[in-house]
Amino acid sequence: MFKEYDVIVVGAGHAGCEAAAAAANMGSSVLLVTMNMMTIGQMSCNPAMGGIAKGQIVREIDALGGYSGIISDKSAIQFKMLNLSKGPAMWSPRAQNDRNRFAEEWRMTLEGISNLDFFQDMVSGLIIQGNKITGVKVGLGIEIRAKAVVLTNGTFLNGLIHIGEKNFGGGRAAERAATGITEQLVDLGFQSGRMKTGTPPRLDGRSLDYSKMEIQPGDVIPGKFSYTDTPLLSKQLPCWMTYTSGEVHDTLRKGFDKSPMFSGRIQGLGPRYCPSIEDKIDRFADKERHQLFVEPEGWNTVEVYVNGFSTSLPEEIQFEALKKVAGFENVKMFRPGYAIEYDYFPPEQLQLTLETKLVQNLYFAGQINGTTGYEEAAGQGLMAGINAHLKIRGEAPFILSRSEAYIGVLIDDLVTKGTEEPYRMFTSRAEYRILLRQDNADFRLTERSFNIGLAKKDRLDAVKEKYMRVDEAVKHLKNASADPNELNPYLEAQQSPGVTQRVKYSGIVARPQVSLIAMKNALPSLKDHFEERNIDDNDLTLAEIQMKYEGYIKKEQEVADKLGRLEHIELHANFDYSALKSLSTEARQKLSAIKPRNIGQASRISGVSPSDISVLMVYLGR
Amino acid sequence: MNQNTTIAALATNPGMAAIAVIRISGPTAFEVLGKVFQPYGGKKLETAEGYTILFGKMLDNGRKIDEVLVSIFRGPHSYTGEDTLEISCHGSVYVQQELLQLLYRNGSEPAKAGEFTLRAFMNGKLDLSQAEAVADLISAGNQTAHALAMQQLRGGFGDEIRKLRTELLNFLALIELELDFSTEDVEFADRGLLEILVKHIRGVVNRLKDSYAMGNVLKNGIPVTIAGKPNAGKSTLLNALLNEERAIVSDIAGTTRDTIEDVLVLDGMAFRFIDTAGLRKTDDIVENIGIERSFKSIREASIVLYLFDYESFEKGEVNHQFKQIQDEANAHTLVIPVMNKADKLDSIPENLPKNTLVLSALNKTGLNDLTNHLVQYAHYGKPDGKEVVVTNARHYHALNQSSLCLDQVLRGLELRLPGDLLSADIRDALDALSEITGEVTNEEVLGTIFGKFCIGK
Repeated sequence: MFKEYDVIVVGAGHAGCEAAAAAANMGSSVLLVTMNMMTIGQMSCNPAMGGIAKGQIVREIDALGGYSGIISDKSAIQFKMLNLSKGPAMWSPRAQNDRNRFAEEWRMTLEGISNLDFFQDMVSGLIIQGNKITGVKVGLGIEIRAKAVVLTNGTFLNGLIHIGEKNFGGGRAAERAATGITEQLVDLGFQSGRMKTGTPPRLDGRSLDYSKMEIQPGDVIPGKFSYTDTPLLSKQLPCWMTYTSGEVHDTLRKGFDKSPMFSGRIQGLGPRYCPSIEDKIDRFADKERHQLFVEPEGWNTVEVYVNGFSTSLPEEIQFEALKKVAGFENVKMFRPGYAIEYDYFPPEQLQLTLETKLVQNLYFAGQINGTTGYEEAAGQGLMAGINAHLKIRGEAPFILSRSEAYIGVLIDDLVTKGTEEPYRMFTSRAEYRILLRQDNADFRLTERSFNIGLAKKDRLDAVKEKYMRVDEAVKHLKNASADPNELNPYLEAQQSPGVTQRVKYSGIVARPQVSLIAMKNALPSLKDHFEERNIDDNDLTLAEIQMKYEGYIKKEQEVADKLGRLEHIELHANFDYSALKSLSTEARQKLSAIKPRNIGQASRISGVSPSDISVLMVYLGR
Repeated sequence: MNQNTTIAALATNPGMAAIAVIRISGPTAFEVLGKVFQPYGGKKLETAEGYTILFGKMLDNGRKIDEVLVSIFRGPHSYTGEDTLEISCHGSVYVQQELLQLLYRNGSEPAKAGEFTLRAFMNGKLDLSQAEAVADLISAGNQTAHALAMQQLRGGFGDEIRKLRTELLNFLALIELELDFSTEDVEFADRGLLEILVKHIRGVVNRLKDSYAMGNVLKNGIPVTIAGKPNAGKSTLLNALLNEERAIVSDIAGTTRDTIEDVLVLDGMAFRFIDTAGLRKTDDIVENIGIERSFKSIREASIVLYLFDYESFEKGEVNHQFKQIQDEANAHTLVIPVMNKADKLDSIPENLPKNTLVLSALNKTGLNDLTNHLVQYAHYGKPDGKEVVVTNARHYHALNQSSLCLDQVLRGLELRLPGDLLSADIRDALDALSEITGEVTNEEVLGTIFGKFCIGK
């Protein structure tokens, strides 16, 4: 019934979709196996993409030729650039999405890839010969062969849903859990663990009184994620904000004795940064109220998502408490919030390619690796798909460094340090965040992706043209000087001191009060210069960032280059660390377990000291 | 391990000697030394050929520190395989330290244990069969350095640095909070308060940095005052330590009427011993002046050896006098009670003041114990000292780096730089302090945020 595929991807969430698309677009024959064809590209939790650090990841996925950015743009109902008052490294795109349209766009996109096949069933087992995977077995008993397999099981592996004292197996509300794979992998010697996450109730928007809430509109001039020509939003839907109160908290507390979190029924560790409402009340008891965001689920639905009210308290307690929230007095609930526990595999068991160390050609991506978030999952899926394709073609692996991409930070953190709680990206996890900006993801990554055959030529050409325009703008601003008569009125308006003679534009751009675009609009000669050369405002923003933050960018680049040399000193996977008695005992153990790919990665393992690294380098004969 | 830096360290044994050799190795060795070395006879360091020697002076902002010979080795024809310069300077500990500090201030870093050898190995100057030996050297050197550092950290210095680091970490967490969680309902840091906090931290860092009194102490020696009742054997002790008859010793109480000073070098550290007139009530004017001076020298000392004998201990005078001296001495001064004339005792009496050393200056027994205490103090300061003194060159270097980074943070606050840039400078400052206390990790920052603020929707 089935041919032998190059790559089988198990699961069709954010990770699975990106993995399948990437491998197929690079030329592999791919089979995407999902338990339910109707839930491809499902947003399991909030209907939004991006946010701080996550928006940067979406931009990176887009620059690499993934689809998360394009699909987010096509299904957005609202767009905001967060953190605009901070430095450019912090600017973070975020969109509210139409949940159904998002899933629909994913399915249409995947269906448009000719060498990508689909099959609906549960994968119940893996076919492994020696220490290499050769296919999967599905619920109907069929064995399907493949050269590589990517597992993206999300919360489905032995998923257990909790609402109050009730619990039942399931991978998502109204969807059954997947069984069999964990047990088989544990038998093979994998370590597994349990994690927990949660989601808030969904409400009937018709039952809410928005006049009691604060409106949260999108940006006046909305942006978008993709560097390609996806359309900008011409209209947007607002979100709304309201607050809990002491009364709400008191009502919720009535259910604490039935909470699966507090009673110990939930064993898995949940994320600290995405606490349930009961957790927030418990841990920050002195806080009188908490923000709640009411987010529409789409253009054509009355369903809304209550961001900030994740809970696994009994449904009647949820309902009672919601009724006490301002604007929710007559609330009708579509479905209650719940907590879900699921299996994950501590990610130290992976290589930087996301291939498992134990079983060759088997890749893991997404929540199975202990991460949380659509963006984190999609980024891993993309990298797993790429590397599965490269591996079976015998080509060199594709690994992004920590100074190249948040995706590089993400995977390096997972593989090198592991994670105790669901791992979410923060900008503070990246030591080179001034380099890893959302504006330059295409500059950082598109050529890399083109070189492995994923990003298309026209995409790369567009990037090159764009950065030529940016360079030209920077060059002009550094070399040409402004006429005081033309410049001074603008400076005066910005309460910035005037100039008495001709000065270089770059000196003026460096001033904190000066915005390049505003200055250009105020100076006809500058405006004409840029217009003649087709240098648009987007290009000027990039030029301005390069100039204003030059010192910091340069400094970080220097550090990255310096430490980057360590990344090029490779360590062989079967290097015998136990024989090196000059290493500390802890270093010997950690290095043997993690098997770092290079000296740079080894130096980031906790317990491996700089002197251990020196010892290693001595043995490498450097 | 970063081969891109230029390192400098003493190549000869530390301590006083006729001459000492300081070695500088790395890509900017010529540049670093060029800033502070002026050859005589119009010669130029940067154009000097390998295997030649230049004679000239070492200058700190125009102030001459020493006249030296500089041996020139152009990489790869050097021990390390890099550009290497060896300064032969005069052997006083003071000169050695001044020159090293001068080099560290001008772009070189203190070399780690075994680092010259490691570089030699990395650059293929040593045989591969020597790998093991080099590895052991690094690991052993590191253990010693680690043990030393730990010992220092146990004292007040470690507490102070840890406290600072925590404050800085909290400050960073506040900045990171507004970067990563700007959409959350939390209060963000007031820039004015942040500035006060950074200024405070920088103040402490600078105070610690300035306490790196090597220059001063090395120039003059660590002042050690020997005090006690007349005839307790102060002069005998000094003579025993100095191995020469410097002070006038006699059986007539009050023989020493003036303070006498001499310098003794122990383990590379100079100690300036001050013998004082005995402390007693007297009508003799000359002797009274001497006693006044004794008190003054107790106040100025880093270490006071309070000397007494069994007789006065029997008479019950010791506790009172010990307390009197402690009251007179500064808070950071270490007062060591020393019971002399052990040769006249059959057994050590009970109830001596805490940590009393028992010795016989006459028979020169128990002196080792005393000199060990002195050396310990020189390296680590007073065991329970509140006033913290930085004695380690690497620590000084780290504090200096941290201080520079904090200056940058303050400039950033003044220019109203966005948080991500401020954070970069704070991280640099934290990294510098981490050289002393250990790792700073991003987890720690996030942990601080999650612990203190209600985050998450």
